[in-house]
Amino acid sequence: MEFPNEYKYTKDHEWVLVQGDKAVVGITEFAQSELGDLVFVDLPAVGKSVATHGTLCVVESTKAASDVYSPVSGTVAERNEALANDPGLINRTPYTEGWIVKLSGVSQSEIAGLMSADEYKKLVGK
Amino acid sequence: MKKTPLYDEHLRLGGKIVEFAGWEMPVQYSGVVAEHVAVRERVGLFDVSHMGEIWVTGARAEEALDYLTCTKVSSLYDGKAHYSAILNERGGVVDDIIIYRCSKERFLICVNASNADKDFEWLTKHNPTDAKIVNASAEYGQIAVQGPRAIELVAPLVKGVDVRALKYFHFVECEILNSPVIVARTGYTGEDGVEIFVKAEKTVDLWRLLLEQGAALGVLPCGLGARDSLRLEAALPLHGHELAEDITALESGLGWIVKFDKGDFVGKAALLKQKESGLSKKLVGFHLDGAGIARQGDIVATADGKEIGVVASGTKTPTINKALGMAFVTTPFTALDTKLAFVVRGRSIDGHVVQLPFYKRSN
Repeated sequence: MEFPNEYKYTKDHEWVLVQGDKAVVGITEFAQSELGDLVFVDLPAVGKSVATHGTLCVVESTKAASDVYSPVSGTVAERNEALANDPGLINRTPYTEGWIVKLSGVSQSEIAGLMSADEYKKLVGK
Repeated sequence: MKKTPLYDEHLRLGGKIVEFAGWEMPVQYSGVVAEHVAVRERVGLFDVSHMGEIWVTGARAEEALDYLTCTKVSSLYDGKAHYSAILNERGGVVDDIIIYRCSKERFLICVNASNADKDFEWLTKHNPTDAKIVNASAEYGQIAVQGPRAIELVAPLVKGVDVRALKYFHFVECEILNSPVIVARTGYTGEDGVEIFVKAEKTVDLWRLLLEQGAALGVLPCGLGARDSLRLEAALPLHGHELAEDITALESGLGWIVKFDKGDFVGKAALLKQKESGLSKKLVGFHLDGAGIARQGDIVATADGKEIGVVASGTKTPTINKALGMAFVTTPFTALDTKLAFVVRGRSIDGHVVQLPFYKRSN
Protein backbone atom coordinates (compact mmCIF):
# COMPACT_ATOMS: atom_id res chain seq x y z
CA MET A 1 0.00 0.00 0.00
CA GLU A 2 1.07 3.52 -0.75
CA PHE A 3 1.33 6.38 1.76
CA PRO A 4 2.90 9.44 0.09
CA ASN A 5 5.60 11.10 2.18
CA GLU A 6 4.49 14.67 1.60
CA TYR A 7 1.06 13.94 3.20
CA LYS A 8 0.13 13.99 6.88
CA TYR A 9 -2.08 11.30 8.44
CA THR A 10 -4.48 10.70 11.33
CA LYS A 11 -5.19 7.59 13.37
CA ASP A 12 -8.72 7.72 11.92
CA HIS A 13 -7.19 7.15 8.46
CA GLU A 14 -7.59 10.57 6.89
CA TRP A 15 -4.80 12.35 5.05
CA VAL A 16 -4.00 16.07 4.75
CA LEU A 17 -1.99 17.85 2.09
CA VAL A 18 -1.12 21.52 2.47
CA GLN A 19 -1.86 23.46 -0.70
CA GLY A 20 -1.13 27.16 -0.30
CA ASP A 21 -3.24 28.41 2.60
CA LYS A 22 -5.64 25.46 2.31
CA ALA A 23 -5.56 21.87 3.47
CA VAL A 24 -6.78 19.15 1.10
CA VAL A 25 -8.39 16.23 2.96
CA GLY A 26 -9.12 12.68 1.91
CA ILE A 27 -9.00 9.13 3.25
CA THR A 28 -6.04 6.78 2.97
CA GLU A 29 -5.58 3.79 0.74
CA PHE A 30 -5.88 1.60 3.85
CA ALA A 31 -9.21 3.24 4.73
CA GLN A 32 -10.68 2.79 1.26
CA SER A 33 -9.65 -0.86 1.15
CA GLU A 34 -11.27 -1.48 4.54
CA LEU A 35 -14.48 0.30 3.49
CA GLY A 36 -14.79 -1.46 0.15
CA ASP A 37 -16.46 -0.04 -2.96
CA LEU A 38 -18.00 3.31 -2.09
CA VAL A 39 -21.39 4.11 -3.60
CA PHE A 40 -22.20 7.47 -2.01
CA VAL A 41 -20.38 10.38 -0.38
CA ASP A 42 -22.45 12.74 1.73
CA LEU A 43 -20.39 15.91 1.17
CA PRO A 44 -20.50 18.78 3.68
CA ALA A 45 -21.79 22.21 2.65
CA VAL A 46 -19.24 24.78 1.59
CA GLY A 47 -18.84 27.21 4.49
CA LYS A 48 -19.42 24.58 7.15
CA SER A 49 -16.94 24.96 9.99
CA VAL A 50 -15.52 21.79 11.41
CA ALA A 51 -13.65 21.08 14.61
CA THR A 52 -10.70 18.72 14.89
CA HIS A 53 -12.21 15.20 15.10
CA GLY A 54 -15.64 16.53 14.20
CA THR A 55 -17.60 14.68 11.51
CA LEU A 56 -16.53 16.07 8.17
CA CYS A 57 -18.67 13.87 5.95
CA VAL A 58 -20.05 10.37 5.59
CA VAL A 59 -18.86 7.83 3.04
CA GLU A 60 -21.07 4.88 2.24
CA SER A 61 -20.44 1.43 0.79
CA THR A 62 -23.28 -0.90 -0.15
CA LYS A 63 -23.01 -2.35 3.36
CA ALA A 64 -22.51 0.60 5.69
CA ALA A 65 -22.14 4.32 6.30
CA SER A 66 -18.89 5.50 7.90
CA ASP A 67 -17.92 8.89 9.30
CA VAL A 68 -14.89 10.75 8.01
CA TYR A 69 -13.45 13.00 10.73
CA SER A 70 -11.79 16.32 10.16
CA PRO A 71 -8.05 15.99 10.80
CA VAL A 72 -7.82 19.67 11.81
CA SER A 73 -10.24 22.49 12.47
CA GLY A 74 -11.20 24.81 9.64
CA THR A 75 -13.91 25.79 7.19
CA VAL A 76 -15.01 23.83 4.14
CA ALA A 77 -13.81 26.02 1.26
CA GLU A 78 -14.28 23.59 -1.59
CA ARG A 79 -15.64 20.09 -2.03
CA ASN A 80 -14.94 17.49 -4.67
CA GLU A 81 -18.16 17.60 -6.68
CA ALA A 82 -16.91 14.78 -8.93
CA LEU A 83 -17.58 12.37 -6.03
CA ALA A 84 -21.32 12.90 -6.47
CA ASN A 85 -21.26 10.99 -9.75
CA ASP A 86 -18.29 8.76 -9.05
CA PRO A 87 -17.62 7.95 -5.40
CA GLY A 88 -15.32 5.18 -6.67
CA LEU A 89 -12.69 7.89 -7.26
CA ILE A 90 -11.88 7.46 -3.57
CA ASN A 91 -11.30 3.74 -4.09
CA ARG A 92 -9.28 4.12 -7.28
CA THR A 93 -7.23 7.24 -6.55
CA PRO A 94 -7.56 8.04 -2.83
CA TYR A 95 -4.68 10.58 -2.78
CA THR A 96 -5.44 12.49 -5.96
CA GLU A 97 -8.82 12.54 -7.77
CA GLY A 98 -10.43 11.04 -4.66
CA TRP A 99 -9.84 14.09 -2.45
CA ILE A 100 -12.93 15.05 -0.43
CA VAL A 101 -12.70 18.70 0.70
CA LYS A 102 -10.35 21.64 0.91
CA LEU A 103 -10.35 23.42 4.26
CA SER A 104 -9.46 27.07 4.79
CA GLY A 105 -8.56 28.80 8.05
CA VAL A 106 -6.39 25.90 9.13
CA SER A 107 -3.45 26.06 11.52
CA GLN A 108 -0.14 24.99 9.95
CA SER A 109 1.15 23.95 13.37
CA GLU A 110 -1.88 21.71 13.93
CA ILE A 111 -1.18 20.03 10.59
CA ALA A 112 2.51 19.69 11.43
CA GLY A 113 1.53 17.80 14.58
CA LEU A 114 -0.22 15.02 12.62
CA MET A 115 1.40 11.68 11.81
CA SER A 116 4.07 11.30 9.17
CA ALA A 117 3.77 8.63 6.47
CA ASP A 118 6.19 6.40 8.38
CA GLU A 119 4.28 6.75 11.63
CA TYR A 120 0.99 6.02 9.88
CA LYS A 121 2.46 3.05 8.06
CA LYS A 122 3.49 1.63 11.43
CA LEU A 123 0.00 2.21 12.81
CA VAL A 124 -1.75 0.22 10.08
CA GLY A 125 1.01 -2.38 9.89
CA LYS A 126 1.50 -2.10 6.12
CA MET B 1 -16.63 -18.03 16.40
CA LYS B 2 -17.49 -20.74 13.87
CA LYS B 3 -15.70 -21.36 10.59
CA THR B 4 -17.05 -23.08 7.50
CA PRO B 5 -15.02 -25.82 5.77
CA LEU B 6 -13.98 -23.14 3.24
CA TYR B 7 -12.42 -20.72 5.73
CA ASP B 8 -8.83 -21.33 4.59
CA GLU B 9 -9.91 -21.05 0.95
CA HIS B 10 -11.34 -17.60 1.69
CA LEU B 11 -8.06 -16.47 3.23
CA ARG B 12 -6.11 -17.87 0.29
CA LEU B 13 -8.38 -15.98 -2.14
CA GLY B 14 -7.91 -12.70 -0.26
CA GLY B 15 -11.39 -12.71 1.24
CA LYS B 16 -12.03 -10.01 3.83
CA ILE B 17 -13.40 -11.84 6.86
CA VAL B 18 -16.15 -10.41 9.04
CA GLU B 19 -18.31 -11.79 11.82
CA PHE B 20 -21.80 -12.82 10.66
CA ALA B 21 -24.28 -14.61 12.93
CA GLY B 22 -21.45 -16.15 14.93
CA TRP B 23 -19.53 -17.21 11.81
CA GLU B 24 -16.32 -15.90 10.31
CA MET B 25 -17.39 -15.23 6.73
CA PRO B 26 -15.94 -13.38 3.72
CA VAL B 27 -17.75 -10.10 3.11
CA GLN B 28 -15.88 -9.64 -0.18
CA TYR B 29 -12.89 -10.82 -2.20
CA SER B 30 -12.27 -8.59 -5.22
CA GLY B 31 -14.96 -6.02 -4.33
CA VAL B 32 -18.71 -5.93 -3.83
CA VAL B 33 -19.42 -4.21 -7.15
CA ALA B 34 -17.27 -6.57 -9.25
CA GLU B 35 -18.78 -9.61 -7.51
CA HIS B 36 -22.33 -8.31 -7.87
CA VAL B 37 -21.78 -7.68 -11.58
CA ALA B 38 -20.18 -11.11 -12.05
CA VAL B 39 -23.39 -12.74 -10.80
CA ARG B 40 -25.66 -10.55 -12.95
CA GLU B 41 -23.58 -11.06 -16.11
CA ARG B 42 -21.66 -14.33 -15.69
CA VAL B 43 -21.42 -16.54 -12.62
CA GLY B 44 -20.44 -16.24 -8.97
CA LEU B 45 -19.71 -18.72 -6.16
CA PHE B 46 -20.89 -18.18 -2.62
CA ASP B 47 -19.92 -20.13 0.46
CA VAL B 48 -23.25 -20.64 2.19
CA SER B 49 -22.03 -23.46 4.41
CA HIS B 50 -23.10 -21.46 7.45
CA MET B 51 -26.74 -22.12 6.54
CA GLY B 52 -28.37 -24.82 8.66
CA GLU B 53 -29.66 -28.19 7.48
CA ILE B 54 -32.36 -29.99 9.45
CA TRP B 55 -33.76 -33.39 8.52
CA VAL B 56 -37.36 -34.28 9.29
CA THR B 57 -37.98 -37.97 8.74
CA GLY B 58 -40.44 -40.73 9.48
CA ALA B 59 -43.93 -41.83 8.50
CA ARG B 60 -45.46 -38.64 9.94
CA ALA B 61 -42.80 -36.19 8.68
CA GLU B 62 -45.16 -34.59 6.17
CA GLU B 63 -47.89 -34.20 8.75
CA ALA B 64 -45.41 -32.63 11.19
CA LEU B 65 -44.19 -30.10 8.63
CA ASP B 66 -47.71 -29.19 7.55
CA TYR B 67 -48.31 -28.11 11.15
CA LEU B 68 -44.87 -26.56 11.80
CA THR B 69 -44.71 -24.42 8.63
CA CYS B 70 -47.12 -22.20 6.72
CA THR B 71 -46.94 -23.87 3.31
CA LYS B 72 -48.80 -26.94 2.09
CA VAL B 73 -46.05 -29.51 2.49
CA SER B 74 -48.45 -32.24 1.39
CA SER B 75 -48.48 -30.64 -2.07
CA LEU B 76 -44.77 -31.36 -2.58
CA TYR B 77 -43.60 -34.37 -4.54
CA ASP B 78 -40.22 -36.11 -4.62
CA GLY B 79 -37.56 -33.76 -5.99
CA LYS B 80 -39.67 -30.63 -5.42
CA ALA B 81 -38.80 -27.87 -2.97
CA HIS B 82 -40.63 -24.80 -1.83
CA TYR B 83 -39.99 -21.59 0.00
CA SER B 84 -41.75 -21.62 3.37
CA ALA B 85 -41.63 -20.21 6.88
CA ILE B 86 -41.77 -21.31 10.49
CA LEU B 87 -44.24 -19.03 12.29
CA ASN B 88 -44.97 -18.39 15.94
CA GLU B 89 -48.49 -18.30 17.44
CA ARG B 90 -48.77 -14.58 16.65
CA GLY B 91 -48.04 -15.22 12.98
CA GLY B 92 -44.54 -13.73 13.37
CA VAL B 93 -41.70 -15.29 11.42
CA VAL B 94 -39.38 -17.52 13.44
CA ASP B 95 -37.45 -18.16 10.24
CA ASP B 96 -37.87 -18.40 6.49
CA ILE B 97 -36.79 -21.74 5.09
CA ILE B 98 -36.70 -23.99 2.06
CA ILE B 99 -38.29 -27.43 2.39
CA TYR B 100 -37.01 -30.19 0.08
CA ARG B 101 -38.98 -33.39 -0.29
CA CYS B 102 -36.61 -36.30 -0.91
CA SER B 103 -39.41 -38.77 -0.26
CA LYS B 104 -42.72 -38.76 1.59
CA GLU B 105 -40.85 -39.75 4.73
CA ARG B 106 -37.69 -37.70 4.28
CA PHE B 107 -37.56 -33.89 4.13
CA LEU B 108 -34.59 -31.56 4.25
CA ILE B 109 -35.05 -28.05 5.61
CA CYS B 110 -32.51 -25.34 4.88
CA VAL B 111 -32.59 -22.58 7.50
CA ASN B 112 -30.75 -19.33 8.19
CA ALA B 113 -27.38 -19.59 9.95
CA SER B 114 -28.39 -17.13 12.64
CA ASN B 115 -31.52 -19.14 13.44
CA ALA B 116 -30.36 -22.74 13.02
CA ASP B 117 -30.17 -23.68 16.70
CA LYS B 118 -33.33 -21.76 17.56
CA ASP B 119 -35.23 -23.40 14.68
CA PHE B 120 -34.12 -26.87 15.69
CA GLU B 121 -35.30 -26.31 19.26
CA TRP B 122 -38.55 -24.75 18.07
CA LEU B 123 -39.34 -27.58 15.65
CA THR B 124 -38.49 -30.21 18.24
CA LYS B 125 -40.62 -28.51 20.90
CA HIS B 126 -43.67 -28.00 18.67
CA ASN B 127 -43.48 -31.26 16.74
CA PRO B 128 -46.99 -32.75 17.07
CA THR B 129 -45.90 -36.19 15.84
CA ASP B 130 -43.18 -38.77 16.39
CA ALA B 131 -41.34 -37.57 13.27
CA LYS B 132 -37.60 -37.49 13.85
CA ILE B 133 -35.97 -34.06 13.70
CA VAL B 134 -32.19 -33.92 13.38
CA ASN B 135 -29.93 -30.88 13.18
CA ALA B 136 -27.37 -32.01 10.59
CA SER B 137 -25.89 -28.56 9.96
CA ALA B 138 -22.33 -29.58 10.84
CA GLU B 139 -22.39 -32.44 8.32
CA TYR B 140 -22.93 -30.21 5.29
CA GLY B 141 -21.13 -27.58 3.36
CA GLN B 142 -23.15 -25.58 0.89
CA ILE B 143 -22.08 -23.68 -2.21
CA ALA B 144 -24.36 -21.41 -4.22
CA VAL B 145 -23.50 -21.11 -7.91
CA GLN B 146 -25.42 -18.15 -9.28
CA GLY B 147 -25.63 -16.27 -12.55
CA PRO B 148 -26.66 -16.73 -16.20
CA ARG B 149 -23.75 -19.15 -16.79
CA ALA B 150 -24.17 -21.14 -13.56
CA ILE B 151 -25.89 -24.11 -15.18
CA GLU B 152 -23.26 -24.25 -17.93
CA LEU B 153 -20.64 -24.51 -15.15
CA VAL B 154 -22.36 -27.11 -12.99
CA ALA B 155 -23.99 -29.41 -15.55
CA PRO B 156 -20.81 -31.11 -16.84
CA LEU B 157 -19.70 -31.89 -13.26
CA VAL B 158 -22.78 -33.87 -12.31
CA LYS B 159 -22.76 -37.56 -13.07
CA GLY B 160 -25.79 -39.27 -14.60
CA VAL B 161 -28.23 -36.36 -14.27
CA ASP B 162 -28.93 -33.46 -16.59
CA VAL B 163 -28.96 -30.38 -14.41
CA ARG B 164 -30.02 -28.31 -17.46
CA ALA B 165 -33.38 -30.06 -17.31
CA LEU B 166 -33.86 -29.30 -13.63
CA LYS B 167 -36.71 -26.83 -13.19
CA TYR B 168 -36.78 -23.90 -10.79
CA PHE B 169 -37.27 -25.05 -7.16
CA HIS B 170 -36.61 -28.64 -8.13
CA PHE B 171 -33.61 -30.62 -6.94
CA VAL B 172 -31.82 -33.87 -7.47
CA GLU B 173 -29.75 -36.15 -5.23
CA CYS B 174 -26.72 -37.08 -7.32
CA GLU B 175 -22.92 -37.24 -7.27
CA ILE B 176 -20.10 -34.81 -7.94
CA LEU B 177 -16.49 -35.95 -7.49
CA ASN B 178 -17.87 -39.38 -6.56
CA SER B 179 -19.49 -37.93 -3.47
CA PRO B 180 -23.22 -37.55 -2.80
CA VAL B 181 -24.62 -34.04 -3.25
CA ILE B 182 -28.00 -32.39 -3.50
CA VAL B 183 -28.21 -29.95 -6.41
CA ALA B 184 -31.18 -27.58 -6.14
CA ARG B 185 -32.24 -25.00 -8.73
CA THR B 186 -32.66 -22.28 -6.15
CA GLY B 187 -30.82 -19.16 -5.08
CA TYR B 188 -30.83 -15.82 -3.33
CA THR B 189 -29.67 -13.46 -6.04
CA GLY B 190 -32.48 -13.08 -8.56
CA GLU B 191 -30.45 -15.00 -11.14
CA ASP B 192 -30.60 -18.53 -12.44
CA GLY B 193 -28.37 -20.99 -10.62
CA VAL B 194 -28.11 -23.79 -8.14
CA GLU B 195 -27.34 -24.38 -4.51
CA ILE B 196 -25.31 -27.51 -3.82
CA PHE B 197 -25.38 -29.34 -0.50
CA VAL B 198 -22.17 -31.30 -0.13
CA LYS B 199 -20.53 -33.32 2.63
CA ALA B 200 -18.54 -30.98 4.88
CA GLU B 201 -15.28 -32.80 4.14
CA LYS B 202 -15.82 -32.58 0.37
CA THR B 203 -16.67 -28.88 0.31
CA VAL B 204 -13.13 -27.67 -0.40
CA ASP B 205 -12.73 -30.06 -3.34
CA LEU B 206 -16.03 -28.93 -4.85
CA TRP B 207 -15.21 -25.23 -4.32
CA ARG B 208 -11.84 -25.64 -6.04
CA LEU B 209 -13.37 -27.61 -8.90
CA LEU B 210 -16.01 -24.92 -9.49
CA LEU B 211 -13.40 -22.14 -9.45
CA GLU B 212 -11.14 -24.05 -11.83
CA GLN B 213 -13.88 -25.09 -14.26
CA GLY B 214 -15.51 -21.68 -14.03
CA ALA B 215 -12.38 -19.69 -14.86
CA ALA B 216 -13.18 -19.72 -18.59
CA LEU B 217 -16.70 -18.47 -17.82
CA GLY B 218 -15.39 -15.58 -15.72
CA VAL B 219 -16.44 -16.99 -12.35
CA LEU B 220 -15.73 -14.95 -9.22
CA PRO B 221 -15.91 -15.99 -5.58
CA CYS B 222 -18.46 -13.67 -3.98
CA GLY B 223 -18.91 -12.57 -0.38
CA LEU B 224 -21.77 -11.60 1.87
CA GLY B 225 -21.67 -8.01 0.59
CA ALA B 226 -22.68 -8.98 -2.93
CA ARG B 227 -25.10 -11.57 -1.59
CA ASP B 228 -26.91 -8.79 0.27
CA SER B 229 -26.99 -6.29 -2.60
CA LEU B 230 -28.14 -9.00 -5.04
CA ARG B 231 -30.93 -10.24 -2.80
CA LEU B 232 -32.09 -6.71 -2.11
CA GLU B 233 -32.37 -5.88 -5.83
CA ALA B 234 -34.42 -9.04 -6.25
CA ALA B 235 -36.49 -8.00 -3.17
CA LEU B 236 -35.80 -11.32 -1.44
CA PRO B 237 -36.41 -10.84 2.30
CA LEU B 238 -33.71 -11.32 4.93
CA HIS B 239 -34.58 -12.50 8.42
CA GLY B 240 -33.68 -9.76 10.89
CA HIS B 241 -34.55 -7.13 8.29
CA GLU B 242 -37.83 -7.80 6.44
CA LEU B 243 -38.74 -10.80 8.57
CA ALA B 244 -38.89 -10.98 12.36
CA GLU B 245 -40.76 -12.71 15.16
CA ASP B 246 -42.71 -9.55 16.01
CA ILE B 247 -43.75 -8.83 12.42
CA THR B 248 -46.35 -11.12 10.90
CA ALA B 249 -45.83 -13.05 7.68
CA LEU B 250 -48.64 -11.02 6.08
CA GLU B 251 -47.05 -7.68 7.05
CA SER B 252 -43.75 -8.91 5.56
CA GLY B 253 -45.42 -9.71 2.25
CA LEU B 254 -45.26 -13.48 2.69
CA GLY B 255 -49.01 -13.88 2.19
CA TRP B 256 -48.32 -15.83 -1.01
CA ILE B 257 -46.77 -18.70 0.97
CA VAL B 258 -49.34 -18.80 3.78
CA LYS B 259 -51.78 -21.57 2.86
CA PHE B 260 -54.99 -21.27 4.82
CA ASP B 261 -56.55 -24.14 2.85
CA LYS B 262 -54.85 -26.82 4.91
CA GLY B 263 -55.29 -28.12 8.46
CA ASP B 264 -54.14 -26.27 11.53
CA PHE B 265 -50.63 -24.85 11.64
CA VAL B 266 -48.76 -22.65 14.10
CA GLY B 267 -49.80 -19.04 13.52
CA LYS B 268 -52.91 -19.83 11.45
CA ALA B 269 -55.49 -18.38 13.84
CA ALA B 270 -53.60 -15.13 14.33
CA LEU B 271 -53.04 -14.65 10.61
CA LEU B 272 -56.68 -15.44 9.74
CA LYS B 273 -57.76 -12.80 12.19
CA GLN B 274 -55.31 -10.27 10.79
CA LYS B 275 -56.40 -11.09 7.25
CA GLU B 276 -60.00 -10.30 8.17
CA SER B 277 -59.25 -7.09 10.06
CA GLY B 278 -56.76 -5.86 7.46
CA LEU B 279 -53.12 -4.86 7.76
CA SER B 280 -52.11 -1.70 9.57
CA LYS B 281 -48.59 -1.78 8.06
CA LYS B 282 -46.98 -3.36 5.04
CA LEU B 283 -43.58 -3.92 3.50
CA VAL B 284 -43.07 -1.67 0.48
CA GLY B 285 -40.25 -0.94 -1.95
CA PHE B 286 -38.86 2.58 -2.19
CA HIS B 287 -36.53 4.69 -4.25
CA LEU B 288 -34.91 7.84 -2.93
CA ASP B 289 -35.30 10.92 -5.13
CA GLY B 290 -32.83 13.07 -3.17
CA ALA B 291 -29.15 12.28 -2.60
CA GLY B 292 -28.34 9.80 0.15
CA ILE B 293 -28.97 6.26 1.29
CA ALA B 294 -31.64 5.16 3.79
CA ARG B 295 -30.69 2.10 5.82
CA GLN B 296 -32.23 -0.28 8.34
CA GLY B 297 -33.73 1.62 11.27
CA ASP B 298 -34.07 4.97 9.50
CA ILE B 299 -37.47 6.57 10.06
CA VAL B 300 -40.03 6.91 7.27
CA ALA B 301 -42.31 9.96 7.46
CA THR B 302 -44.97 11.71 5.44
CA ALA B 303 -44.05 14.85 3.51
CA ASP B 304 -45.26 16.93 6.48
CA GLY B 305 -43.14 15.00 8.96
CA LYS B 306 -45.51 12.48 10.55
CA GLU B 307 -43.71 9.24 11.40
CA ILE B 308 -45.26 6.35 9.46
CA GLY B 309 -42.65 3.65 9.29
CA VAL B 310 -39.13 2.32 9.40
CA VAL B 311 -36.60 1.11 6.83
CA ALA B 312 -35.95 -2.65 6.84
CA SER B 313 -33.09 -2.72 4.30
CA GLY B 314 -31.57 -0.06 2.11
CA THR B 315 -28.50 0.65 0.05
CA LYS B 316 -27.39 1.92 -3.31
CA THR B 317 -26.94 -1.16 -5.43
CA PRO B 318 -24.46 -1.72 -8.24
CA THR B 319 -26.84 -2.84 -11.02
CA ILE B 320 -29.51 -0.23 -10.37
CA ASN B 321 -27.50 2.88 -9.68
CA LYS B 322 -30.05 4.31 -7.27
CA ALA B 323 -30.61 4.38 -3.54
CA LEU B 324 -33.41 1.91 -2.86
CA GLY B 325 -34.75 -0.37 -0.20
CA MET B 326 -37.70 -1.91 1.57
CA ALA B 327 -39.56 -0.36 4.48
CA PHE B 328 -42.49 -1.11 6.76
CA VAL B 329 -45.02 1.64 6.21
CA THR B 330 -48.41 2.29 7.82
CA THR B 331 -51.41 1.97 5.54
CA PRO B 332 -52.64 3.91 3.58
CA PHE B 333 -49.21 5.30 2.69
CA THR B 334 -48.26 2.09 0.91
CA ALA B 335 -49.73 2.72 -2.55
CA LEU B 336 -47.35 2.94 -5.53
CA ASP B 337 -45.85 6.41 -6.08
CA THR B 338 -46.82 7.65 -2.61
CA LYS B 339 -44.36 10.39 -1.61
CA LEU B 340 -42.36 9.52 1.50
CA ALA B 341 -39.63 11.24 3.48
CA PHE B 342 -36.68 9.35 4.94
CA VAL B 343 -34.91 10.69 7.99
CA VAL B 344 -31.19 9.97 7.56
CA ARG B 345 -28.78 11.40 10.14
CA GLY B 346 -31.31 14.05 11.11
CA ARG B 347 -31.93 15.17 7.54
CA SER B 348 -34.98 14.42 5.44
CA ILE B 349 -34.56 12.84 2.00
CA ASP B 350 -37.51 12.59 -0.40
CA GLY B 351 -38.48 9.24 -1.84
CA HIS B 352 -41.48 7.32 -3.11
CA VAL B 353 -43.07 3.88 -3.09
CA VAL B 354 -42.14 1.63 -6.02
CA GLN B 355 -43.10 -1.80 -7.30
CA LEU B 356 -41.04 -4.76 -6.07
CA PRO B 357 -38.75 -6.35 -7.13
CA PHE B 358 -36.23 -3.73 -8.23
CA TYR B 359 -34.56 -6.23 -10.52
CA LYS B 360 -36.03 -9.05 -12.54
CA ARG B 361 -33.94 -11.13 -14.89
CA SER B 362 -34.99 -11.12 -18.51
CA ASN B 363 -34.46 -14.81 -19.38
